[in-house]
Amino acid sequence: MKKVYGSASEALDGLLFDGMFIAAGGFGLCGIPELLLSAIKEAGTKDLTFASNNAGVDDFGIGILLQTRQVKKMISSYVGENAEFMRQYLSGELELEFNPQGTLAERMRAGGCGIPGFYTKTGVGTVIAEGKEHKDFNGQTYILEEGIVADLSIVKAWKADETGNLVFRKTARNFNPPAAMCGKTCVVEVEEIVPTGSLDPDHIHLPGIYVHRIIQGAHENRIEKRTTRQREDA
Amino acid sequence: MTELKGWNRDQMAARAAEELQDGWYVNLGIGIPTLVANYVGDKDITLQSENGMLGMGPFPFEGDEDPDLINAGKQTITELKRTAYFDSATSFGMIRGGKIAAAILGAMEVAENGDLANWMIPGKLVKGMGGAMDLVAGVGRVIVVMDHTNKHGESKVLKSCTLPLTGQGVVNRIITNLGVLDVVEGGLRIVACADGVTEDELRAATEATIV
Repeated sequence: MKKVYGSASEALDGLLFDGMFIAAGGFGLCGIPELLLSAIKEAGTKDLTFASNNAGVDDFGIGILLQTRQVKKMISSYVGENAEFMRQYLSGELELEFNPQGTLAERMRAGGCGIPGFYTKTGVGTVIAEGKEHKDFNGQTYILEEGIVADLSIVKAWKADETGNLVFRKTARNFNPPAAMCGKTCVVEVEEIVPTGSLDPDHIHLPGIYVHRIIQGAHENRIEKRTTRQREDA
Repeated sequence: MTELKGWNRDQMAARAAEELQDGWYVNLGIGIPTLVANYVGDKDITLQSENGMLGMGPFPFEGDEDPDLINAGKQTITELKRTAYFDSATSFGMIRGGKIAAAILGAMEVAENGDLANWMIPGKLVKGMGGAMDLVAGVGRVIVVMDHTNKHGESKVLKSCTLPLTGQGVVNRIITNLGVLDVVEGGLRIVACADGVTEDELRAATEATIV
């Protein structure tokens, strides 16, 4: 089965519908599926719910879909870098569900693994625990969190082979594997598609079973907070 | 309010670094906790960045920044020889699973029962808890580093937190500009006073019960 597509729009063809639930990889602006987000903007799909750790910045990442009012709800752990997000949230136009970061990652992983719920200590005694089932194990209290299954996963990897085996690069891996796992369909954008057989099977980070469509493209890979130190010599 | 002497930011970070033991895997929060890395000396400490990295190195030299290599504060960083990368679910698996020996993090309020508030002020812009709730619930030891009082001179070390909690009964030790306190049965125990601060001054600046 052919998984390689010519462009982001082609790869999303037939997969988008109003009101759908999308899981997106990335942490801040690192490892975000920037080409697929642009294509969703072009497609104009509305009332989207996103499970994504962050919401991008005003003009990059999920932020571009906030500008066009395509997002109805965000499930995120931290959204501090986006002024338009805050404006829409405070005016009630945008729904927001905060999840602790590890809970969000595990909800995605669990959903992709056929685990409908799991117990965690994270959030016990906080607003996060309100309305959730509590259960004691070995004298400690845990809360029930539910797995996420999304209509679509959009993911950025470094390299893919033609069968969808993926390799990520450094901390750009972040939420991409769990996001990929939890979608009914997963579309991946990569910097390079390499011939099948050229990746070391022992070095595959995410096997192609999770990946349905792949595109290659040029990425901006924007840096959100450039921090450096002084060279001591010279 | 009279200005008490005590430790500056670097001295607080240096004191916090004394808490870390050789061989530990540690997560450092944003702000003063980040400075702790400068004071670990010869101890073999591996820093975790919860976005998916063990063995976090210093900031890159100008021109060496890599958009694929950032810390949990989204700052560009570098890798070390020992570095390993992994996904967010694996990262929080090691946090939740108690594999990270300690987290050092800042706080808005800490209570004498170990409750911690550091993510939300009602009525103000809420940015989210990020990984803080996972960290305080999961790691072996939670060490808070913060100023003892707020900008109005009021104690941040309280009988009970007034702000929404990040974690319940999670704090083990508090390091402030005025001293070091442990969360124990019935309240807080003074471990040390900062330079030039008397025990009476530390008690007077603390709302929490000191036992």
